This record gives sequence, C-alpha cells and structure tokens, in this order.
Amino acid sequence: MENINRSTDAQGLGKLTKVVIGVCLLAGAIALLRQLGSGASTGYVWDFQALWKYRSLLLSGLAYTLGFTVICITLGLFVGLVTGLGRLSSNPLVVAPLRAYIELFRCTPVLVQLVWFYYALPVLTGIEMSAVTAATLCLALYGGAFYSEIIRGGIISVDVGQIEAAKAIGMRPHQVMRRVVLPQAFKKMVPPLMNQSIMQLKNTSLLSVLAVPDLLYQGQVIAHEIYRPLETYTLIAVAYFAVLLPVTIWAKRLEFGDYDREA
Amino acid sequence: MTGKPEMSNSQISITGLRKSFNSHVVLKDISLRIEPGEVVALIGPSGSGKSTLLRCLNLLTVPDAGQISVGDFTLAFQGKSTTLPNERKLARFRAQTGMVFQHFNLFTHMTALQNVMEGPITVLKTPRAQAETQARALLQKVGLLDRADYAPDKLSGGQKQRVAIARALAMQPSVMLFDEATSALDPELVGEVLSVIKALAKEGMTMILVTHEIAFAREVADKVIFMRDGVVVEMGPPSQVIDNPVNDATRAFVGRFQASVNQ
Repeated sequence: MENINRSTDAQGLGKLTKVVIGVCLLAGAIALLRQLGSGASTGYVWDFQALWKYRSLLLSGLAYTLGFTVICITLGLFVGLVTGLGRLSSNPLVVAPLRAYIELFRCTPVLVQLVWFYYALPVLTGIEMSAVTAATLCLALYGGAFYSEIIRGGIISVDVGQIEAAKAIGMRPHQVMRRVVLPQAFKKMVPPLMNQSIMQLKNTSLLSVLAVPDLLYQGQVIAHEIYRPLETYTLIAVAYFAVLLPVTIWAKRLEFGDYDREA
Repeated sequence: MTGKPEMSNSQISITGLRKSFNSHVVLKDISLRIEPGEVVALIGPSGSGKSTLLRCLNLLTVPDAGQISVGDFTLAFQGKSTTLPNERKLARFRAQTGMVFQHFNLFTHMTALQNVMEGPITVLKTPRAQAETQARALLQKVGLLDRADYAPDKLSGGQKQRVAIARALAMQPSVMLFDEATSALDPELVGEVLSVIKALAKEGMTMILVTHEIAFAREVADKVIFMRDGVVVEMGPPSQVIDNPVNDATRAFVGRFQASVNQ
C-alpha cells in the first residue's frame, strides 16, 4: 500500500513537471514563430506591466470565482445526491420529474440557462432575483443534473450481491445504502465528480454575462480601461490554468490509484 | 462460544410455499419442517428451485403464497396482497438466518475483520470492542485469524467463503443457509470450506445446504431433500435418498454420483 502511494506520488510530480516543460516548449515555439515571422508582422508590443496596478481587482475577481465555485459545487453535489438517489426510486411519480429536470439542464447550454434564470424566471414567477442569486441557482442546478447522473451511475454499478449480503445480515435499507452501497459507489464516482467540478469552475466564467464581478468580468473591465485585451485575457487564462492544473493532476492521480489497485 | 446456536426456538416450518417468476413456476406448494440442530441438504438439478427455496427463507426472494416460520417469526404470503412486515421487522427476521452465498459477497471495501464486525455493530448495535473480540474469535474458528486485516481481494476463494461464514455466524443466527457455498471454488479449495461446515454441524447448528456435493451431503446431512421442477420429489435420511432412492427421478440424479463412486 505504502509502495503504491509513493509510486503514484512520483507519477504525480512527473506529470506536473511534464506539463510545465510542455508549456515552456509551447512558449518557446511561439517566440520562434515570432522571430521567423520577422517580429514586425503585427508591430504589437506586449506590455504586461500595465496590469500590475489592477492586481487587487484581479485578486478579488479570482476570489469571487473560487468562492462561487465552492458554493456551486457544494449545492450542486447536494442537488445531485438527492436527485440521484430519487431516481433510484421505483415510483414513476418521483422518477419522471427528476428525469425531466436532468434532461432539461443537460440538453440546454448553460449560458442560455443563466440568462433565462436572470431575465425570464422573475417575469414568470414574479420573484425578483439578484444576479448572484440567479447565477448560483442556475449553476447549482446545472451542475446538479450532471452530478446526479454520476451518483446514480456509481450506485447502480455496485454489485447486487453486495446489497443482498447486507440485507442478509439484517441491515435496513438506509443502512445498506450508507454502510455498503455508498462507500463502494463513491470510489467509482470520484474521478467523474472531479471532472464535473473542474467544469463547474470554468462555467463560473459565464457569470460575467450577468455582471457578477468574477475573474473574467474584472478582466473585461480592465481590458476596456487600458485597451490591453491581449495581455488581460492572457493573464486571465493563465490564472484559470494555474488554479485548475493542480486539481486535474490530483484527479488523475485518484484515477491512477484505482488502476493500481485493480491491477 | 460465540457461534453457539440457540436450541430452543429454532424450528423452521414451511407450508404451501409457492413462487413464480412471471409465468415460470419455480416453487409449487412446498411444505417442510426442519428440527433444531438438523442439517438438511437440498439437492437437485439446476433450475429445480432449491436456491429459490433457500432465498425465500430469508426473504431475499419474496414468496407468492404460503407460510414460513423461523424461530419466533411467522410470515404468511398471499400473492400481491401480502403486506410485507415493516423494514425493521423484516431486518430482524433476516438477521436470525445466516446466509452464505455462492459468490461470497464479502464487502469489498472492508477487511475480513470488518466484514465480520459489520453486522453486530450496525444491526445489533454491539459495542465495537465487544464486536471485535467476537469477530476475532469467529475468524479463529474458521482458521483465518491471521488474515483479519486482509482485504477480500487479497484472499483466496476458500478463504473468502470462510470469512463469509464467520460474518453470518456473527449475527448468532438460529439457522445457517448455504447457497451452493462451494460451487464457485476451485476444487482444491472446496475441502477447507466443507470442513468448516462440518464443524458447525458437529456443534449442533441448524443448517440448510443447497449443494452439488453429494458425497458431502451424505456425510454431513441428517436429511436430504431431492427437488425437481419446483417440487420435493423425495425426502429422507441420506441412506435412503442418496443410497436407496425410491423415486425414479432421484435414482437418475444420484445415479451419476453413485456410478462415479463405484468406479
């Protein structure tokens, strides 16, 4: 066990190094292309220093993005767990509306949903919502629809023999679920849940459409102010990348850990 | 000893039991009576209904009609109108029958020791320390105390099945049900499981074994029941059913076994 952990650690570090090397190579290639293209093809002079004085704005944007991600993932997981378990019911009156909810959110673009939640829903229901509330509700439900399928899939993939064995020693349905099914299902769910959560973080960039001051929104503000959209969006991209790269590597490691155990 | 069977109320009676899956009738009006301490072997060709009968005894399969009494519990079934006991009572009913499955069904996310402790802790609310002491004693009884901390996938088939027997015994059931407990094992691993079952028989545990091991049935069973097409064809001591069957179908079935012994 110890050994396996250490080897995956080494693998993880190796991955990070590889990615960093890859990024450096890419930057080098771009620089080379610029040289070959005689540099003056655009005449554009990059100036990242102009962004320095907006650092606090960018940091607050990043904080918004991360905060929103945490809230939307938490709410989304809750929605996903409830609806995922609900869909295992044998009662069609429970299953049908949940199915409808999931398909509705899976089969429409999240950008359309965001706009609809903010502009159309208040008209429909008469309930005024702030942009933040509308965005939170929308992203939580959107993520929840995907989480729901992941959770349901994980649960139904647990061998029926495990459930029978748990019933046979006298466990009641909620004990079977809590003690046997969920712990086993959770292992299988982790990699797809991680992937979906990474998408959740990226989806928060859509909040800028509703003028929620997330990282991308602040970037847009800055870009307009200093007329440096190339530098600004490059930095924004780098910031997203820097946050998500460690997460993807961690997620990958969880997957590889599983392969190791199965091999 | 922890696994000491309760001698008083462990009589089992089955009256007029019927079960069909869709239009396929699996059990046709089965009536049986099993005395405390009796070891009963259920033999018969595949699809004869012997496994279904066993699964009806702990309601993993719910009968269509008939009556089952195990210990203090009596349950009567009348087709779709049957109201199953509430989940609490159902779980208590199941807890007094120990089930051993063909494919072991050890909880894959727990060690051998945790598998044996799970029932007492979750269902009987036994204090952890006491459950562990008991579980270790049971593992010792099946000769696997040194494997207590192994995960199921690190155990051989025979070892898994012995842990599964210990897990069932931990609930101190009044009857042990073995559903083809050795059918999934490599031939060289069958013996270790059979010897555990034999030791239980010596202690006076009430047991019902669905088995293809005719020689073992003859050796260990007080009563052998030959089933075919959902009915009990012949029932009696092994000296009758296996050595001198009255019925032609029984003779044909055990004949193959007798021929292989006489060679």
